[in-house]
Formats: sequence, structure tokens, C-alpha cells
Amino acid sequence: MNPAVRHVLGRVGAYVVVCLLVVFFALPLLWLVLTPFTPNPTYRASLSGFTLDNFAALVDNPQVWPSIRNSLVLAGGSALLVIALAALAAYALSRVRVPGRDQLLYALLLLSSIVTGTAAMVPIFLMLFQLGLIDRQLGVVLVLTGGLLPAAVFMLKDFVDGVPRSYEESARVFGARPNQVLRHVVLPVIRPGMATVGVWALVQVWGNFLVPYVLLANPSKQPAAVVMYTFYDAGGQPDFALISTFALVYSVPVVVLYLVVNRRYGFAFQGGIKG
Amino acid sequence: MATVELTDLVKQYPNGVRGVDGVDLAIADGEFFALLGPSGCGKTTLLRTLAGLEAATEGSIRIGERDVTALEPGERDVAMVFQDYALFPHMTVTENIAYPLRIQKVARGERDERARETADPLSLGALLERRPAQLSGGQQQRVALARAIACHPQVFLFDEPLSNLDARLRLEARTFLKQLQRRLGVTTVFVTHDQAEALAMSDRMAVMEAGRIRQVGTPREVFQRPASLFVANFIGATPMNLLEGTVSGDRVELGGGTSVDLPQAYRGVADGERVVWGVRPEYVAAAAEGSAADDVLVGEVAAVENLGVTVLVSVDTGSVQVRAVLPEDAEPAVGDRLRLTPQTARVLLYRADEDGGLVEP
Amino acid sequence: MPTTSPAAEPVAGAAGPSAPGGPPGADAPRPDRDVAGLGRARALGFVAPALLVIAVFLVFPAVWTIYLGLLDYSLTGAGAQAPTFVGLGNYLDALSDPGFTRSLWLTLLYVGGSAVVGQNVLGFLLAWYLRGARRVVRPVLTVLVLLAWILPGSVVAFLWQALLDRRAGTLNTLLGTADQAWVLDHPMWVIVVFNVWRGTAFSMLLYTAALSSVPRSHLEVARMSGASGWQQLRDVVLPTVRRHVLTNTLLITLWTFNDFSPYLLTGGGPNGASEILPVYIYREAIIGGHLGYGSAISLLLLLANLVIAVFYLRVLRGRKDES
Repeated sequence: MNPAVRHVLGRVGAYVVVCLLVVFFALPLLWLVLTPFTPNPTYRASLSGFTLDNFAALVDNPQVWPSIRNSLVLAGGSALLVIALAALAAYALSRVRVPGRDQLLYALLLLSSIVTGTAAMVPIFLMLFQLGLIDRQLGVVLVLTGGLLPAAVFMLKDFVDGVPRSYEESARVFGARPNQVLRHVVLPVIRPGMATVGVWALVQVWGNFLVPYVLLANPSKQPAAVVMYTFYDAGGQPDFALISTFALVYSVPVVVLYLVVNRRYGFAFQGGIKG
Repeated sequence: MATVELTDLVKQYPNGVRGVDGVDLAIADGEFFALLGPSGCGKTTLLRTLAGLEAATEGSIRIGERDVTALEPGERDVAMVFQDYALFPHMTVTENIAYPLRIQKVARGERDERARETADPLSLGALLERRPAQLSGGQQQRVALARAIACHPQVFLFDEPLSNLDARLRLEARTFLKQLQRRLGVTTVFVTHDQAEALAMSDRMAVMEAGRIRQVGTPREVFQRPASLFVANFIGATPMNLLEGTVSGDRVELGGGTSVDLPQAYRGVADGERVVWGVRPEYVAAAAEGSAADDVLVGEVAAVENLGVTVLVSVDTGSVQVRAVLPEDAEPAVGDRLRLTPQTARVLLYRADEDGGLVEP
Repeated sequence: MPTTSPAAEPVAGAAGPSAPGGPPGADAPRPDRDVAGLGRARALGFVAPALLVIAVFLVFPAVWTIYLGLLDYSLTGAGAQAPTFVGLGNYLDALSDPGFTRSLWLTLLYVGGSAVVGQNVLGFLLAWYLRGARRVVRPVLTVLVLLAWILPGSVVAFLWQALLDRRAGTLNTLLGTADQAWVLDHPMWVIVVFNVWRGTAFSMLLYTAALSSVPRSHLEVARMSGASGWQQLRDVVLPTVRRHVLTNTLLITLWTFNDFSPYLLTGGGPNGASEILPVYIYREAIIGGHLGYGSAISLLLLLANLVIAVFYLRVLRGRKDES
């Protein structure tokens, strides 16, 4: 075949594949973008007219705002706890020689990717039951924090490792005591890493369904991820006006947060697991 | 201002490696002192031990009247400029310069004032509100210097202060640093792996190898009379001619029938002694036509390297290769026959053993 | 050479001005010195809280799984009052339960199809394609793939219900296949495709980073030697990113093994036709209340994960020694 023809065919083929991929990834998202603004929403993703009436359902529903607030409490609480504990641990692990440090980190990282999921749901359920933490948000926060911490420490340690030690040494030569070094120099310098890890934790918890679903029985304590599945009418039909608007409102924060962090700091996890 | 005195200083790492291995050194008040050596020789470790960032294993460090061996870095009254400058990225230039004063609990207004006073002579006045990331390499270096100056220490410690600048800027910064040190009159110890930098800037210098000091002296002393083959190899912009030979009467046989005069000063060296005959290429000249054949090395030009105002010529005599730095108007072509003559007064003899020490006439 | 001096060769960098940022060599500070003067006690204090939370809420449950799996323990009935020790009974029950073996098989299909093949290959192709893609295509495709990844699981599950709905679903509308019940007729296909859609972003991001670590000069050498695109990929790119491929495969394998989100799409149905292990465990333990049995299955899942992880580390180490 003529190389020029083959070239053109190749280009056309590539475009077709790319278009199919765009359709594949975009198609499910259509519903999220269109339905909240369409009158009488159903499963059909179409925009027959434009209305904001559906958002009235959101305002009227007594469960919506508490559930968003619960999501905020769970995600915010876990993120803060993860940042605080991970920053302390990551700094110490990066700067002070601890025998077997790397092996420990790898083992925990593997364990966390294995255990967070259904596999450990039974003992976690039982343990929280014994501790009296079932149906309490603190329990969910602690369980999620435990699951996120190894990866968080791993990512943050990677970040701290990249911070030149001369910052701290410089401050020490000028007479700063250890806590001054930490306050004046270390904390401000690793803040971007903490922000990235914090947002990462926030997004993880914000979208987590299983853990709060299993550990929280009282609907007034459940976060948005769980409550979304209760928006059905008496006949078992989904309340589309409510669900579509709720899905949009519930999704926007993570998307915005992700974009902000991605723009400012890049995707931190890439560095952490280069293998 | 203060003297610095190191006595029998040893820094041994947990794995048994001795970064600093028994160093004795006295640095005078106000002196600009260079620690020179190849990478891994322990010069940076020595500086860091002096700063207190490494704890000395043995020996003592005195700054002025005080024994500071066991003191924390912040209590030694020294200021350090790091190789990467270590400017705090989240602080402005003013805040960086004033940081030592902040630690000393100087009130904000006063420390800003003093930061400005320090910054102005370093032409940083217009940059006070910038952050380090917005500064050029040269500006960053001056901020790091200003921060060191602002706390009025007894001793400055500079770790490779010029290595992060590009070649052109480095030459300017050399002059600038030297003038600054002269003006402030503060005892300064700086580390460098660049012999040209050490020769150009220091009042006195120490050449280090494997944790030990091999020679201490003024740049001129070290350049003209390197105390050992190691130092001779390390110092100088062009590699020194170092040729192994045997003393035979008033000649040194270099093998293959080539021989050179044994300088007058070395006439006491025993016959048959194995030595290394050394002379800098800068002290080798083209011999005038018809000069006595006694102290002339004749050979074919093997390579010619342009050094700007001079040329470095390598001449093959058949058995040995000799380098000479010749003026640009005397540039030979490769393949030319050339007669070279060393300045006998500049010739040094080293013992041909492992230490390679200078033969004392 | 008769001309060399008896002393060592002149040390590199000894003559003339040397390059900026001189060689650090052994002069460089050792990486993990306690530069802030923290001290071992304070360092331990810094690490302790994180370790404590991890130990209590991550390690302890994992260990407890082992113990629970040996008990006849349930939320209701006799096992709730006084759980008895049944040894390996739960495991024998599991192996003889066709529900479990089917679930195990479905899990392997799910992991192999959606993660090892689906996300891995699509993620790599996307990363490879997007390197040289046009200015418009690149951000659009990247954002779409990322959105699929970062949207909350509950929302995503609902979006797919809308996509696949029998009567009004977008897919049926688009294909003109009215009344096609995708979820009921092809449940495994649905969850596999769903997971590819959901998780490809991670592989894409990781491979994008990996591909950027391939030295440009290596590709240029290959191009100048006349290598085709495929040959460049095979001879230059794949050998360089091999470790990334392994890391990525391990992580997405483990994550997919423990993925609960298909439950939100098919509920494990119809009749368990898409009941992968996490869903099976959930149904047995949390809904059915057979906590001991659920723990035993959980332990099997953990062991499977561990085997995969160890296998991966072996391969990774082997590769490391080679190079």
C-alpha cells in the first residue's frame, strides 16, 4: 500500500479509537450533568428543557443537609487525623534512623491495600462493637484513618525525603532549638505535601461507602454516600429529582478539591509508588 | 572575631569510617582559610564538625577563648552558608536574613531594620520582599551571606560557597567574597574542591586527603612547594610534570637515555636514590637555539591545547612526556621538534615511595 | 606508558574550574541523620500515635480474622451466645460450598478481566497515546478518565444504573436495543466494563509518570536506527517501565480483589451470577450473620492477596538483580 494512504488510514483509525474512548468515558457522566436540570427526571439522560426546580427537592428533604454534614465530619475528621499522625511519623521516619524502617513501611502499605475492604469488615465490626464505637462517627473516623495512614505516611515520607536537610541544619546553626526548627522551618516547608495528602484522604473518605454503611446504623449519622441509597419513594422507585441533584452537589466538592490540588502540586501519589 | 583551634580532632562514623582522622589546625583571627581536597576527603565533615552538626569523636575545638567541642551548633557563635544556601522557601528575603535575630528574640521592627542594613551593601535592597524562588543563583548566594552576616558571628563557615553558580558568575563572586571578607574581618573557613578557588581566595589553606591534612600554607607556598605528590597532583590549573627517575651524580636519569640536571639544592641526595622529578608546566620554557644541551629535553610535539593567552604543549621525548606552558606567539604545531628547558630553581624532588614526600635538600 | 608518575592519576576535578554543584561523594551528609536534633525518644514519640492507630484498626483486625475463622460465631442463634471452636470446619464448609467456589471463580474473572488486562492495557495505551496527543484531545480525555476515578462510588454506581437501565437507559437508547436488561443478562460483563471505566485513571497516571522517565535520547537513538513505533515500544519503552508495570499490576490487582463497588451495581445478582468474594463475604457475614464463616473466607482472601504480593515482590527482586 502507498505509505501516504497508509498514513492517512492510520490517522483515521486512531481518531475513531479516540472518539470511541471519549464516548466510553463520557457516556455515564451525561446523566450526572443533564438530569439535575431537566424537568421530570428519569433514568433517561436527556435535557428536555432547563429547570432548577429539582434543586427544590434537595432543599426540602430533611436528610440531605445532615448527610452532607456527616460526610464533612467524617472526611474532615479523618483527613485532619491522617495529616497530623502521618506528618509526625513521616518526619521522624525520614530524619531519624530506625532499623527495619523501609520493610515496616512496605509491609504496612501492603497490609493496608489488602485489609481495607471487605476482608477485615467482620473483625472491625466486632471490635468496634466491643469498644462501644458501633454507630458512632468516631469509630468510622478511626477505622478509615487506620486504613489510610500507611499510604499517607509513605507518600509524606517520600515528600520529606526530598526536602533538603540543610534547611534544618541552617536553622540549628543559627541557634534554633528542635521545636523551633519544627515550627519555623519544617512545618511550613512540608505544608504542600501535607495539603496533598490531606486532600487525598478527604476524597477517599468522602466517597467511601462500605465502612460507614457497615458501621453506622442510625440514618441521622450516615454520610451522603450511604444516604443516597435511601432516596426511594414508597413504591420502591428512585426519587430522580432528589437523587440527580444530590449526586451533583455531593460530587462537586471532590472534583474541585482534586483539580485544585492537582494544579498546585501535581499528583503526589505518582512519586510515592514508582516501585 | 576569634581564632579557631582544632586539636587532634577525629570524627568517626558508626560504621567505623573516619571522616576526619586526627586533625590539628590553628586558624588565625580574621584569616580567610580554605579547606581543599577531592570529594570524600573529609573537608565537609571537618567543617560540619566545626559547626557542631557532627559530634566530634575525639579531640577538641576552641573558638576564641572557648572550648566549644560539646556545645550545640547554635551556641558556638558561628554562621554557616550551605552549598545549596538553605534559604527558607516560605520566607521573604527580609525574613530569611532576620531569622537568626528572630531566634535571638530581637523585636520584629529592629530585626527588619538590621536585615535592611545588612542587605543594602550586598545590593539586595530592592529584593527584600521577594521569596528565594524568585531570585537568581547569585542573588540567593548573597541572601545566604547576608543571613550569616546579620547575626555577627565570630566565625563564618562556607560550604562550597561558589559551586552552585555558573562559571562566569563564579569568578565575579570570588572577588566579591574576598573583598567582603576583608571588609568584615571575620575569621572565615570555607570548603572547596576547586584548587583554583582556594588559591585565589584564601589567606592560607589546608589540603586534605582521606580525613587528614596533607599540607597547610599560603596559596603561594602550596603552589610553589607542594609537600607531597598528592598535593602536587591536586594543585595547579595544568597537571604538574612528575617523572620517576634515579639520581646519578648531578643528573637524574629519567630512563630511555633522557636525563635532567639535579638542581643545585639537591646535590646532597645519595647516588642511586629513586626519586620523582617534578616541575610545573608553567616553569618549563622553550629553550633558545644553541643553548647548552645539558638541561634540554628534546622531543616531538604530541598535543597542543589552547589556554587562551598561553598554550599547553605536550612533548614526547621518546621515553617520557613533558608538558610546558608556552606564550601564545610561540605556539608550535603537532609533530614539530621542540627543545624544552625547566627552570632549575623551580624543580622539586619527591621520594618515590607511597607517601611521596618532598625530599628536603 | 613510561611517562606516568608513581603517584595516583591526577584526581578528577583537580585541574581547572570544575562543574557547578561539585560531586557530593562521601562528603555528602548521610541521608537519615537527625538533622533537627530530634533525638531518638522524641522520634519514637512522633511515630507512636500513627503506629498505634494502625496497629489497633488495621493490624489487629487482620490478626483477629485468623482467630474468628476458627470459631462457630454468628450474630444470631447458638453461635451468638457461646461460640465454639470448630477448627478448620469453616474452611471445609467453604470448600464444599458451591457458592464459595463459584464466587472464587467469578473473582478471578473479575480481577483478571477488569484489572490485570482491562485497566492495565487501557491505562498504558492512554498514557502512550496522550503523550503525543493534540492540545484539545489530551485535556478532554484526561479529565473524563479522571472524573470516572474521583467521583464518589455511590454516585458512579447510580450513573451506571442510569446508563444500563432497561427502559430508559442511555445505552439502550443509543444502540436502539430497547428492553435489553444488561445487568440481568450479562452481569459479569457489566461489572468488568464498569471497573475498567472506573479504575483506568490510576494506571494511566502511573504509566504517564513512568513514560516520562524514559530518556528521550533512548527513543531518539531507536528512531535514528529506523525502529518503528512498535519496535520503539518493545525495545526501549517496555524494558524501562517494566518495574512500573509490575507495581501497577500488583496495586490494581489487590484493590480489585477487595472491591465492593460491584455490589452497588448488581447486588451480586442475579442469583449470585456476579457475586465476587467481597460481596459473598458481606452477604454471609454482615447480612447472614455468619461471622465465623465470613472471617474464614476473609482470611482466604487475605492469603490470596498475600500470595500475590509475595509473588510480585519476588519478580520485582529478580528483575532488580538482573539489572
